[in-house]
Amino acid sequence: MNFEEYAAKPLLAASGIKVPQSVLVYHADAAAEAAEKLGGCVVKAQVPTGKRGKAGGIKLADSPDEAKAHARAILGMTIGIHTVEKVLIEEKSDIRREYYAAVLNDPVSKGPMVMFSTEGGMDIEEIAAETPEKLKKHAVDIRNGFSLEDANAMLKGVDLEGAEAGVADTLVKLYDAYMVNDAELLEINPLIVTGDGSVVALDCKFTLDDSAIKRQEELAKNGAPEKLTELEARGESAGIKYIELDGDVCVLANGAGLTMTTMDVVRHHGGAPANFCEIGGEAYTKARFALEMVLAKPGIKSLVVNFCGAFARCDVMMEGLLGAWEELKPDIPVFFSIAGTGDEEAIRMLKEKLNMDPLPDMSAACKAAVDAAKGGA
Amino acid sequence: MIIPRKETRILVQGITGKQGTFWTERMQEYGATVVGGVNPKKAGTEHCGVPVHASAVDAQKDTGFDASLLFIPPLGVKAAALDAIEGGAKMILCLTEHVPVHDVMYVMAAAKEAGTRVVGPNTAGGVTVDETFMGFMPAFNERIFKKGTVGVLSRSGSLGTLMCQNIVTAGYGQTAFVGIGGDPVIGTTTRDALEALDNFPGTEAVVMVGEIGGAMEEDAAEYAKTMNKPVIAFIAGGAAPPGKKMGHAGAIVMGDKGTYASKKTALEAAGVNVLSTPVHVGDALNEAFK
Repeated sequence: MNFEEYAAKPLLAASGIKVPQSVLVYHADAAAEAAEKLGGCVVKAQVPTGKRGKAGGIKLADSPDEAKAHARAILGMTIGIHTVEKVLIEEKSDIRREYYAAVLNDPVSKGPMVMFSTEGGMDIEEIAAETPEKLKKHAVDIRNGFSLEDANAMLKGVDLEGAEAGVADTLVKLYDAYMVNDAELLEINPLIVTGDGSVVALDCKFTLDDSAIKRQEELAKNGAPEKLTELEARGESAGIKYIELDGDVCVLANGAGLTMTTMDVVRHHGGAPANFCEIGGEAYTKARFALEMVLAKPGIKSLVVNFCGAFARCDVMMEGLLGAWEELKPDIPVFFSIAGTGDEEAIRMLKEKLNMDPLPDMSAACKAAVDAAKGGA
Repeated sequence: MIIPRKETRILVQGITGKQGTFWTERMQEYGATVVGGVNPKKAGTEHCGVPVHASAVDAQKDTGFDASLLFIPPLGVKAAALDAIEGGAKMILCLTEHVPVHDVMYVMAAAKEAGTRVVGPNTAGGVTVDETFMGFMPAFNERIFKKGTVGVLSRSGSLGTLMCQNIVTAGYGQTAFVGIGGDPVIGTTTRDALEALDNFPGTEAVVMVGEIGGAMEEDAAEYAKTMNKPVIAFIAGGAAPPGKKMGHAGAIVMGDKGTYASKKTALEAAGVNVLSTPVHVGDALNEAFK
């Protein structure tokens, strides 16, 4: 779960990192009011994505009138897939240097990785590609944590022009905030040194580990909800992973890998998948709801049902699906591929209820669904 | 130890739950050596014909277990795994999905120090054909698993199962299946599993089932270059849109990282046959064994 800047920065402040004063506003008039109190300020679009500056979503304002004009221009702007609905009015900082700092879950060392570079302001992929020698990394044993000695060792030999102690202290506090908040990623970019030598977090990106939400419920309330289509939102509230795509061949399968692969094979045969819809686990009531979900998308032409039972049993999934059949009466051609745990029973049920046979394999089922979609066009 | 053997002494933590019970029975029917279970509330009782212990540490004295299988809810995994490590587990196989990653990393650090191999989390388990299995894999379905010479590894349980069935349908069989799990931080990587299968007796070819996201397939390609056996791969998610988690937490393309193209290129450069669909695995094996 991603957090917007305004929701992420207080987490840094709570761990003792300096952040500029700011006010979150939803209207241009309120921006002027906030600017009145703050003096020179920056108007920053609040959307859960990077590249806000390049998109014109961050502007300097010297007066309340200017802040109001910028806020008016930025509110309602589209950045990536997001529409800007709120802006942060932040006091202007006296920037002497811009650095980069982050802590993230590293799959290679299988532990937290603290990262720092003197090349702030760019995104991390650019830093890693263009000045890898300036990117300092420290793999942490999460049982021991990250101490000031670790920070100093990591920064050894890096010229920070007198800000060494402040930066080291900030890295330790950043690690603390990362731990307390079950972060997947906690990044300060840029981390600035001001004219008077203070170390300040000018921006912050925070991704909460989705698997930790159940023990971070209060925190998760401040996250930016994932932008979902109406159908995706319905799927989420029912506990089904449904992703809407722009094709016309519906996909219903069990397990993430198998569902992805069903989409791939539809594409391989020249078709366009209409969705990703996965029913894992044992709840066959989900198969029923999943069928309703995939059929609800307008403009669909065929459906491929691909069950390969391992933990999820084919017969249980088939029972749920057939239970919904009479009620939903799919009016598009449906093609089955059935294998794995409970397959014989599932195939028997399919024959009994719908007088249908599965196709010999998933490729045949996907091809038939693609052909049907094309034929019906 | 990544691939358990028939004589591997298995402890099941969470044996008394519905899934723990169901799959322990399947494992026993298959021939797995299950030596005990753990449930602090039912210590001293018997379940599935084996004694239930208060902890893995307790169980070690009576059972001398080698490997522990975790049927444990997400927030209990850290404590259970640390118990298993303290109890001297050589291997821990964790099936649980949605374990907080900070907990996983804690377990990994402790496991590394103790020399314990972790497989998973978020895996469907592993099968050593005609010997043993751990987890919830349909090892007993002879249209899916049959003794042969192909080693199979997969991030996904469902897709790994499909691939195993295609292998059997094509007239081949497996030595072992290693499910590594769909999470972003896992104990046994694609490369680790590839190396284990390469060294596993009787394996003459390896089928690798990967997914978009991360860099494990690229890393495994480096190992594949050193192998004298054919390697066949299928990478799921070529048709997936970027920036969306495709069911598995680890299956996400961010920018140009973790893409299908990057994995395909790296694997092909290592001489790996990358399949366009899982159905083609039979043809690829015919080619490899020609």
